[in-house]
Amino acid sequence: MATDRFQAPDYYLLDDLLSEEHKLIRNTVREWVKKEVSPIIEDYAQRAAFPKHLISGLAGIGAFGPYIPVEYGGAGLDQISYGLIMQEIERGDSGLRSTASVQSSLVMYPIYTYGSEAQRKKYLPKLATGEWLGCFGLTEPDAGSNPGGMLTNYKDAGDHVILNGSKMWISNAPFADIAVVWAKDEAGDIRGLVVERGMEGFTTPETHGKWSLRASATGELVFDNVKVPKENIFPEIKGLKGPLGCLNSARYGISWGVIGAAMDCYDSALRYAKERKQFGRPIAGFQLQQKKLAEMVTEITKAQLLCWRLGVLKNEHRATPQQISMAKRNNVNMALEIAREARQIHGGMGITGEYPIMRHMMNLESVVTYEGTHDIHLLITGMHITGENAFGG
Amino acid sequence: MKILVCISNVPDTTSKINFTDDHKSFVSAGVQYIINPYDELALTRALEITEKDGGSVTVINVGDASTDATIRKALAIGATDAVRINAAPRDAYFVAKQIAQYAKQHAFDLILTGRESIDYNGGQVASMVAELLDMPSVTNIKLLQLENGVATMEREIEGGKELLTCPLPLVGSATEGIAEPRIPNMRGIMSARTKPLAVVDAVDVALLTEVIGYDKPKTRSNVNLIAAEDVAKLVTLLHTEAKVI
Repeated sequence: MATDRFQAPDYYLLDDLLSEEHKLIRNTVREWVKKEVSPIIEDYAQRAAFPKHLISGLAGIGAFGPYIPVEYGGAGLDQISYGLIMQEIERGDSGLRSTASVQSSLVMYPIYTYGSEAQRKKYLPKLATGEWLGCFGLTEPDAGSNPGGMLTNYKDAGDHVILNGSKMWISNAPFADIAVVWAKDEAGDIRGLVVERGMEGFTTPETHGKWSLRASATGELVFDNVKVPKENIFPEIKGLKGPLGCLNSARYGISWGVIGAAMDCYDSALRYAKERKQFGRPIAGFQLQQKKLAEMVTEITKAQLLCWRLGVLKNEHRATPQQISMAKRNNVNMALEIAREARQIHGGMGITGEYPIMRHMMNLESVVTYEGTHDIHLLITGMHITGENAFGG
Repeated sequence: MKILVCISNVPDTTSKINFTDDHKSFVSAGVQYIINPYDELALTRALEITEKDGGSVTVINVGDASTDATIRKALAIGATDAVRINAAPRDAYFVAKQIAQYAKQHAFDLILTGRESIDYNGGQVASMVAELLDMPSVTNIKLLQLENGVATMEREIEGGKELLTCPLPLVGSATEGIAEPRIPNMRGIMSARTKPLAVVDAVDVALLTEVIGYDKPKTRSNVNLIAAEDVAKLVTLLHTEAKVI
């Protein structure tokens, strides 16, 4: 890929709403992405390889558990910092952001929120440094939008439980050291437990042939009579609210993250439109191109405002799952639309790896589906405003 | 080893440069500020030295409170502490006087600056500070090693390089090659919150220079492309329009 000349749009001077520390964190991650991610990411995506060497760098910039308290190895930052970190990483690549989201919101968050003190001390510091990577097992072949229909279960066997079942579409699975797994106990309640690599009967086959998130490793979690010590079960949490709490945190991060992908597409399209000449003038001078670019920056600005406000609410512990759903749905769709329009502005060049557009666009096809599909989030809003449940029968 | 690194707060290299209508001031609205890149090289080398041999790195900036963000970044990169001389920098002599005044009271072994700031490109502060402190001055240092109180340096010169030694203390200005800048990590950012940043009143300095005005370079005129086979047209245009033949 050509040199990363990214310049972030800030049409409404939203930087004024950020603290100096927010800006320092954001700019640090931006600098890191320019130096470490942009030069290599296209190659890794083309080869469908995960850039493992970036894990220590991700830990260094605080991408693993930024809001987890310092005593457990986190950075103790606020939610806006978390959002900005996700935005900048996804500006580089959604796959890399997915790795960071999973580690932070789907692995460290539940261990911190639902775990015992022993579980926190055992896992969190090593996850924060990237020494251990985690993954999150909720989705199953026959339980996607309806996680309550999961079949994975465990049975009591004295000082341990016997876990059976399988999970799929699991980011980080092929190389994760631990998995936070949601399974039904003998009473049929959904419980969370930590499964460690090396436990007999636990395997993580990789999912091949993806056209999306190619620089991120995805796989399955297969549990064949896995003996899991009871001390690995989260002591308190029962029911769907456990995994949904994690998803809230991750969806919040995604709402910010996709702004990064959108900004990268817009920035590239704007520069290309100014440099590309047809009919004796830059194509940026033609009304149809201006319409695309003007709508892009308008939508990015709206998404930035939405996220900033959501971040303030989250810092005050007032952000509702429904508000987070709205931001995730709106912003991912916004980014996807911008990627498609930016692809058109780039003409034929837009389909090549010389520009980041097609990679972002393909990545976003996953992001619009995972962590609650575009349609499911609409139904969450629908149910919230009407009081009528449109899920299932 | 006590090292003082002088840092300037300058517009990001991608900033749009505009001046006020009277052409006397830079329009800073909407501009991102960064540590002057040459100063950042000096800071990085200073940190490498103290990490190896022990000691402290103090960063100093002459500026108003708006430069605190830049100073915090220097602390996040690894500086031990920071000083801000609370005054808008007026010219090189003003800045050098403030730095020299502070350095006089704190006995540094080494004072480093960048070779110039990338905004006004004066490149004068290091030599002025040295003169005011009666210390040796070496500019454009691309390699710097310290051993037994002596600095061994390499300078880039026209058509080659110059190797020289100088006993400490000295004032030096850094250029490319002296170090690779570092991206701060989250631990650094977090520790920067609590590192000391002292704000010191400026001393009075007579104003020796006055800016009459700034102007941007003329915009490039349009390129007139002539087909390679149309040499006659090229010759005609060089004669009638460019008037160079």
